[in-house]
Amino acid sequence: MSPAGTGSADRPLLIANVSADTVTRRRFLQAVSAAGGLVLAAGFPAVAQAPEPRKFGRDSMPNGWRDDPLVFVSIAPDGIVSIVCHRSEMGQGVRTGMPMIVADELEADWKRVRVVQATGDEKRYGNQDTDGSRSTRHFFEPMRRCGAAARTMLEAAAAARWGVAVSEVEARNHEVIHAKSGRRASFGSLAQAAATQTVPARETVRLKDPSKFRYIGKGNLKLVDGPDITTGKAQYGIDTRLPDMVYAVVARPPVYGGKATSYDAAETLKVPGVLKVVEIEPSDGPAHFNPLGGVAVVARNTWAAIQGRRVLKVVWNDGTNATYDSTAFKREMEAAARKPGKVVRDNGSVDSALAGAAKRVEAEYYIPHLAHAPMEPPAATVRIVNGKAEAWAGVQSPQAARDLVAKRLGMSPDDVTVNVTLLGGGFGRKSKPDYIVEAAVISKAMEGKPVKVTWTREDDIQHTYFHTVSVEHLEAGLDAQGKPVAWMHRSVAPTLLSTFVAGAKNEAPLELGMGVINVPFAIPNVRIENPEAEAHTRIGWFRSVSNIPHAFAVQSFVAELAAAAGRDQKDYLLEIIGPPRRVSPEALNDAWNHDEASDLYPVDTGRLRRVVETVAREAGWGRKLPKGRGLGIAAHYSFVSYVASVVEVAVNDQGEVTIPRIDIAVDCGATVNPDRVRAQMQGAAVMGIGIATGSEISFKNGRAEQGNFDTYEVTRMAGAPREIRVHILPGDYARPMGGVGEPGVPPVPPAICNAIFAATGKRIRRLPIRDQLKA
Amino acid sequence: MTSVTVNGRRYDVDLPDDTPLLWALRDELGLTGTKFGCGMALCGACTVHVDGQPVRACVTTISAVASSKVTTIEGVGADRVGRAMQAAWVDLGVPQCGYCQAGQIMAATALVKRTPRPTDAQIDEAMTGNICRCGTYPRIRAAIKQAAAQGGTR
Repeated sequence: MSPAGTGSADRPLLIANVSADTVTRRRFLQAVSAAGGLVLAAGFPAVAQAPEPRKFGRDSMPNGWRDDPLVFVSIAPDGIVSIVCHRSEMGQGVRTGMPMIVADELEADWKRVRVVQATGDEKRYGNQDTDGSRSTRHFFEPMRRCGAAARTMLEAAAAARWGVAVSEVEARNHEVIHAKSGRRASFGSLAQAAATQTVPARETVRLKDPSKFRYIGKGNLKLVDGPDITTGKAQYGIDTRLPDMVYAVVARPPVYGGKATSYDAAETLKVPGVLKVVEIEPSDGPAHFNPLGGVAVVARNTWAAIQGRRVLKVVWNDGTNATYDSTAFKREMEAAARKPGKVVRDNGSVDSALAGAAKRVEAEYYIPHLAHAPMEPPAATVRIVNGKAEAWAGVQSPQAARDLVAKRLGMSPDDVTVNVTLLGGGFGRKSKPDYIVEAAVISKAMEGKPVKVTWTREDDIQHTYFHTVSVEHLEAGLDAQGKPVAWMHRSVAPTLLSTFVAGAKNEAPLELGMGVINVPFAIPNVRIENPEAEAHTRIGWFRSVSNIPHAFAVQSFVAELAAAAGRDQKDYLLEIIGPPRRVSPEALNDAWNHDEASDLYPVDTGRLRRVVETVAREAGWGRKLPKGRGLGIAAHYSFVSYVASVVEVAVNDQGEVTIPRIDIAVDCGATVNPDRVRAQMQGAAVMGIGIATGSEISFKNGRAEQGNFDTYEVTRMAGAPREIRVHILPGDYARPMGGVGEPGVPPVPPAICNAIFAATGKRIRRLPIRDQLKA
Repeated sequence: MTSVTVNGRRYDVDLPDDTPLLWALRDELGLTGTKFGCGMALCGACTVHVDGQPVRACVTTISAVASSKVTTIEGVGADRVGRAMQAAWVDLGVPQCGYCQAGQIMAATALVKRTPRPTDAQIDEAMTGNICRCGTYPRIRAAIKQAAAQGGTR
């Protein structure tokens, strides 16, 4: 094994065996990293060239991982330890959590640790795609080894200085101690000598026993960015300021796939402060991570650019999506959901079991498009100097940004630097660096001047990579005792593949593996189908992705079955999950399994049961509630974590819903920063409420009908629960970890609707709820 | 040319009178702590104090504040309540992405200066114009109560 630890990454970037069955979110980015999308397109349907054995987890990621202390850790003579964070901070706390892992193993004193943000450079840092709830679970071990290796080098330097055996010295809280002689040396005084030590071979690095952790799992550290955030000093992408910088906004085609046929900028150029207008070429075919095209207005400040765009006259050719209409499309999807579709899982004989059932239940659920609407809309700054481009942006995928900017400007990625600022929210939107490419194109047209592109809120809400729209059709048969004997689920939703591959109409394995096929219920006859659906807008992943519609349908339907059987929701849910067992993803026909190995990450129904039992106990399931109040429960496995929620709702005589309290139990394995796990669950509860009660993007004449927070409703203070209680199940550091950023959201909407049913007897099958309980 | 006084300092700004204060602060004065979120007074990210009152800088023109005192997140720490609010935010780990928190702190500070011990209903009323997409509302509520309980003494 190489001493400096290059992980599994020294392999070709291109994956030749990309097929519809193996494409995943990260492989989109892998393909993008390699060639800006050509590979993915060329790779369909399958180019089989001596595929290497499948890799899992962190090994499966583009550019893998690194654990080289010389890359991640540096110590100054004054003792300040700088630790590189190579993942993007968007509120999940990674700039605190990741360096904390290194610092703990290093025996560094957190007060003397500084966090350095990596630029986009996956060859150096390993995979940086901050997406898929993966950072901690993929980098916990490499970062531990990194810190431990640096500690070992400090110990070796001290032992050499004192002429004693290295086994006699020990690093402790920012110094190395020789207990026998009482000698001590500070990290700062050892820094130079330590840097010349050989990096220990990976397999010789001695990790701490978890009982010795100072920070990991303790929740005793404040956020590294807290003081800057609360004093206005924190720098987000939109805050970038450079000498001679100019400001741009872009008029984009109102319909996906449209193009500007002509424009008249006469009035625009009269606006004080407007400098120039610049055309941006759209890409042909699926959007990928490319700009949508349009016309940019460049000005001396953002406001002037916005004013200039207001009077810009553009004639658009709307293209083939000009008739996209959400009302009509819902009917189209419902029709598809009522007819057989591509079978993606088939166990037993659903048809005969349904035919012989004592009782049949059928229901259909709808969730509209959603926009991420991060509070910081997309924004990026690019300048080009002497043939080299430099970008500043809040971006989840800095390497993809680097590669795409290079491609668009005809440069080598080596000549592009992507500086990663804080993200003012990401939620999957900022995985797609189209906005950075826009800034690069405009900067080039401005002779390389620094250009900051800012998306207005309307730009963001009308031109994002929308969460898909979906109809989920479920049928079940119950026996005479009310026990389910047959389960048929048809999932219909435009696939996010359509943004990368023209004409893709079936859900990708990663979408199906998000809670539709990998549902581990103890039901003998199961068939899952996926009828086709065509995309008419730019579909992308949104926090929790397909788990949102799938969990909403599945967990609502379980409660409907409980009602049909006259049973308690929670008891029935546990019964349908069945006894504790480890179900192999293969048995569920889930080839994806989050790209994790089946033996390490089976679907563990014991863990799913445990979060249900925990949340029910902590929430006081079964407690007496006044009229108009009800409790609902839902559980969901996603991002290899297990989450269950109990929601208490209050519905008044006017049909208005309030949510006084939510309890969430999460089993994500062992935790690094339990306070951030709690924060992610609290935030997920709030986002889940928004999805359930108010958020909707609808299209008419190909255009999104919403534009700002007046029409696109998100949860506000008054609509948030006064109490959100998070119950973290204990984990073991020797066991694989689960994700945290996304798995909290999916159980919330169904738990809300199940609670509404308990409170009112009314079943909500279409989100958002809005005024469905009124009248 | 319009003059604006921000955090106790007077600036001459060479922008059209109807330019929103938000863009003057961010693009001309370099005070980027005040955030753009919606441009229509719908989200509160740009909340500043004008003569002590919380206003949305995205819909307030520079000419409207020419004879007023503007305080932004960069300056609110000079105020006892503002400082207590910032400290409570850090102490309770309120921020996630943090982008909206400047506006939240400005709105919360104005609330507690006006209503030293706000009730939950008063917090709802004062804060519901400030969106947090990360969903930090329960901690914002707790931080307001903590800062208020300390009476802005920190």
